[in-house]
Amino acid sequence: MKLFEYMGKDLFRAHGIKVPAGQVAATPAEAVAAWRHVGGPVVVKPQVLTGKRGKAGGIRFVDSAAAVAAAAGDVLAMEFGGLKVDKLLVEEKIAISREYYLALTVDGAAGKTVLIASASGGMDIEEVAEEGIVKRHIDPLVGVMPYVGREVAGRLGLTGEPLKQFADLVVRLHRAYRASDAELCEINPLVWTGAEFVAADAKVTIDDDALFRQKDLPRVAEKTDVEKAAADMGLAFVQLDGDIAVMANGAGITMATLDTLSHLGGAPANFLDAGGGTGTEGTVKALELLLGLNPKVIFINIFGGITRCDDVARAVVRFKSERLVKVPLVIRMVGTNEAEGLRILREAGIPAHRVMVEAAASAVALAGKGA
Amino acid sequence: MAIIIDENTRVVVQNITGRQGSFHTGQMLAFGTRVVAGVAPGKGGQTVEGVRVFDTVDQAVRATGADASVVFIPAYQAGDGAFEAIDAGIRVLVVITEHIPVADEIELVTYARQKGVTLVGPNTFGIVSSGKCKIGIPSNHFFVPGPVGVVARSGTLTYEIAANLAAAGLGQSTVVGLGGDRAVGLSFVEVLTLFEDDPETKAVVLIGEIGGNAEEEAAGYIAGMSKPVVAYIAGKSAPPGKRMGHAGAIIERGRGTFAGKVEALLASGARVASLPHEVPALIGNVLQER
Repeated sequence: MKLFEYMGKDLFRAHGIKVPAGQVAATPAEAVAAWRHVGGPVVVKPQVLTGKRGKAGGIRFVDSAAAVAAAAGDVLAMEFGGLKVDKLLVEEKIAISREYYLALTVDGAAGKTVLIASASGGMDIEEVAEEGIVKRHIDPLVGVMPYVGREVAGRLGLTGEPLKQFADLVVRLHRAYRASDAELCEINPLVWTGAEFVAADAKVTIDDDALFRQKDLPRVAEKTDVEKAAADMGLAFVQLDGDIAVMANGAGITMATLDTLSHLGGAPANFLDAGGGTGTEGTVKALELLLGLNPKVIFINIFGGITRCDDVARAVVRFKSERLVKVPLVIRMVGTNEAEGLRILREAGIPAHRVMVEAAASAVALAGKGA
Repeated sequence: MAIIIDENTRVVVQNITGRQGSFHTGQMLAFGTRVVAGVAPGKGGQTVEGVRVFDTVDQAVRATGADASVVFIPAYQAGDGAFEAIDAGIRVLVVITEHIPVADEIELVTYARQKGVTLVGPNTFGIVSSGKCKIGIPSNHFFVPGPVGVVARSGTLTYEIAANLAAAGLGQSTVVGLGGDRAVGLSFVEVLTLFEDDPETKAVVLIGEIGGNAEEEAAGYIAGMSKPVVAYIAGKSAPPGKRMGHAGAIIERGRGTFAGKVEALLASGARVASLPHEVPALIGNVLQER
């Protein structure tokens, strides 16, 4: 779950990381009030869950009531990658002596948290050369002590007061990262004002799997309605633009199913990983979700492991009879409790395949017929 | 021979009284796995599928000499159970549970390494040495003893390919699921190293997917292997996955794409199947060429 910038800054502030003075506004009038509260020149920033706000002209520096109101009106009407702007952050314009980059995130290959820092902050970090980036893995059983921060600061070329302050900041950022179960805490730019470090931006992503123990954090929805419905059911779902709705169990085989359909000339309508052990109830709901895509065919590809074929078969029978489904269903089913699953389908008069590529070919053919 | 587990492995099932734990205990026993104990706090003294239940892993290990454990504990408590198994002296720890917070997984992976425990998972289907021992959840009947080692990141796709191999008369030595999460105990390279040294394994199937750089690292090792490797990478047609700000992109530095992985694997000398059902024929070819 991504946090809005102002939420990320609240998190940082709570852990003693300096952020610019600011206030959230939802209307031009509120923005003017925020400007009065902050005092002096301000920056108006749209609160949307995407980078590239600056490049899209969404970040405005202003210093009068009229200019703040006009900028707020403009930016509230903008869209960023299809995302509407509900809120603005109005905050003090800070003096910039130098810009740095600092982040903590998960390095899956190492199985560790990695600290990433650069003296070339502010710009698109992907364009910074490898030599300009410092990376250091964090031992989870040790954590981050100030020496780790000093070591990284030294590699960035910092000395004296900035080195000491940077070390303190790294410790605090790691504390914020762990306390919130974040999988990304990114500050870009991290501004050295000449006297102190200030987090001028905050990009924070919380580990969805840890939300159960993060009850104090705000909740941010960033999905489309169908994706949200799928997420509420615990399903991984991505909408695509084809006409063959797909349900499979497991991310790998779902991708392989899409690959196979595409290879045979078909066009998948979605990626839906129904996961393991979904049960009958969950499977019926997942199928109803697919129906909402108005597909020409629904292709169900189940290789039972923790998912049991009989659960899925019962779901398919219920789905077909209760919803009077006319869309053709192509079912491929093998694995755990396969015999029972196939028997349930057979008794309901629903044919099933055992070989994936044959089932996929049948789904592609059925989609073609409807075209 | 087989890798990591064999007919002498003695298994304890954690949360054996749960829906998945009890069901798969029955399946593992049917496979021939020596399930010697179960653990369910507060339920010590009961039996499940004829297997004695203990309150703690430590009690189970002392009473039965179990050296492997499989964790069927829900995500919010799984870390506790996994650390418990390591402290009880378990040698091979298989964590089936998915959705464990990544911070907990990172600690678990590090602790297991420190204690010399082989951690399979988290979020894995498990590990199967055909004809000898299954610790995990795949259906039993696709595993027949044979010369092919299989290592994979994703579960169901592995069953698909193992079943295709079996249907083509090609059995498997050991099938290992690394786990689908970002922080897992084993890497492709560690498992490939074990297969390279296993006399029973004559060829290896590597099943990867887009994202991360595990397949690229594997390619670096495959180039020096004496045994042939056939790879399949899922996700050729998948939409771009979620990216974690810029930081994720920095780690990968342009790696992680389907094309990049296939290119690295082909350069290492591996054969690459474009679809799962092509794997058996490619394995057949490389085995004949030897």
